[in-house]
Amino acid sequence: MTLASMNRKYEPRKVPEKKVATSAMIASLAAEGYDTVSAPFGHALVEAAKKDDKIVGLSADLAKYTDLHIFANAMPDRFYQMGMAEQLLMSAAAGLAREGFNPFATTYAVFASRRAYDFIAMAIAEENLPVKICCALPGLTTGYGPSHQATEDLAIFRGLPNMTIIDPCDADDITGMIPQLAAHDGPVYTRLPRGKVPSVLTRHKPDYKFQLGKAQTIREGKDVLVVSTGFMTMRALDAAVALETDNIDVGVLHVPTIKPLDTATILEEARKGGRLVVTAENHTVVGGLGEAVARTLLIEGVTPSFRMIGLPDAFLEAGALPTLHEMYGLTVDRIAAQIKGWL
Amino acid sequence: MLWHIRPDSLRAIWEDIMKAERRPHAASNVSLALRAWNIRRKALLMGEVQGQGYIGQALGIADVLAASYFHALEYRPEDPEWEGRDRFLLSIGHYAIALYAVLMEAGILPEEELETYGMDDSRMPMSGMASYTPGMEITGGSLGHGLGIAVGMALGMKRKRSPAFVYNLMSDGELGEGSTWEAVMSAVQWKLDNLICLVDFNDQQADGKSTAALAQGREEDKWAAFGWHAQRIDGNDLVAVVAAFDAAREAPEGQPRVIIFDTRMCKGVDFLESREITHFVRVEPDEWSKALTVLEEGKPQ
Repeated sequence: MTLASMNRKYEPRKVPEKKVATSAMIASLAAEGYDTVSAPFGHALVEAAKKDDKIVGLSADLAKYTDLHIFANAMPDRFYQMGMAEQLLMSAAAGLAREGFNPFATTYAVFASRRAYDFIAMAIAEENLPVKICCALPGLTTGYGPSHQATEDLAIFRGLPNMTIIDPCDADDITGMIPQLAAHDGPVYTRLPRGKVPSVLTRHKPDYKFQLGKAQTIREGKDVLVVSTGFMTMRALDAAVALETDNIDVGVLHVPTIKPLDTATILEEARKGGRLVVTAENHTVVGGLGEAVARTLLIEGVTPSFRMIGLPDAFLEAGALPTLHEMYGLTVDRIAAQIKGWL
Repeated sequence: MLWHIRPDSLRAIWEDIMKAERRPHAASNVSLALRAWNIRRKALLMGEVQGQGYIGQALGIADVLAASYFHALEYRPEDPEWEGRDRFLLSIGHYAIALYAVLMEAGILPEEELETYGMDDSRMPMSGMASYTPGMEITGGSLGHGLGIAVGMALGMKRKRSPAFVYNLMSDGELGEGSTWEAVMSAVQWKLDNLICLVDFNDQQADGKSTAALAQGREEDKWAAFGWHAQRIDGNDLVAVVAAFDAAREAPEGQPRVIIFDTRMCKGVDFLESREITHFVRVEPDEWSKALTVLEEGKPQ
């Protein structure tokens, strides 16, 4: 429970004048002005599966909520509904991989990282099996409260040897990464934006293509370097546009692969003199991208001014997603304001 | 269920399997009793090397392992990853000492490596791991994993239309793991009649009796209620063990199969059998050779 909610548990509330619904599970993160793609993961997986007959899909009662239903409908004989049993989901995916198949297993990020961790660690990662774990509701992408907010999943999986970890930004990343994940001969954990997913990166950089293991500069800028991952890259790009009016020139380095981290590119960018370096992630500031970048810089003796944007080390509130993003500093305005304050 | 049509590349493998002599190991002149005795002896020799080991479990399960590898299983000793093999998963990593003994007896591991057991750089670590040992299908030890992995492998083998079985050897303690029951339900959902679960019921887990913990009630009835073909027999009665394996393999189509074996810890070495039995049986340094002598006296003719 959160301290704020606990302390006010017995305090009666009034019906607000402006009614804001708690964001449903299908809440779209699309910002104004971006085109969206419907269920990019499901469609990309179908395309990949047409080329690779070893691909199978599994879910633990969340196919519809992880966009895997697209695959299940298109290829019903290659889909396994494992029921509401995440330990089984991961064990069975490991077994299928042992028999030569290429399993994509989906659930929510909280259930994979918390409930099924031992099974991912021992049945999949220790054996270096090519199971692709694809998880919706990463970080703060639902207002349902800590039961569904996977704010520490990256920290959990970063500690696990053999794992490749991805935090895609948008539909472009998802569409680009699925064939590369299918071809990857090892375990992968990827966060999964689902439903109507915005197309952001190609808007800012028309020739952008996801590359597994690579960080890519989406936008150049001489005052600030934002090193970001997941949907925070979208927010950072929008904040960079907003800061143009203040004559603050913000570059954005998008890091969709959290592990193995593209330290060479991060160091190269951080060395480009005099810029404030800011990490931005939809994850607790403990053990995520920010700390991974900080250690990379420190070990190499690269010491620019450095700040981190991320979620606090706390169980978060329930409520409407825009309210929560504002509260925890993930909105475009809050990001822009923080950067301005640090300069 | 509409299973995926097998890739053409597998056709040759299945033809090879179907042509092969079925379970040649079962036709050996060496009796199962002698096989079980050899397994016990090798396990004791390994225990002597380290001065410790889960010897109580190894002695107790030796008869089941003898029947597995010399009656029930299809495999090729010279090719442990042969596609047509029956898979044998050791969910209970600490039983590795017993599995190494039977893998040596079956010619999958060389007997000359016996004295490397548990040593640095050995292929036989104390807890069983797939990456170390030929014939060790999975990394066990984190209990409650084997049956779920077996479900996935059985699903995969169905996809490939493989005629082989998946065996998963687990312990009564693992009956307390929730993940075991997830897999129990799933095997019924997917009609995994190529899955045979073996439960070693010696009624001992780390802190005491399994029946004093979560193994309450009649275990075979629980599995049957879930839809499994369930048998419960004396796991140290070789005739019954063999019959149970046969019945399991020939159980009705569409049904997963379980055999619960009541076994006696330390079976075959009377002074250890009569000792107050615990999960980890302590054997004094001078007792290993004494145990081997006692076992020698009971060698089957």
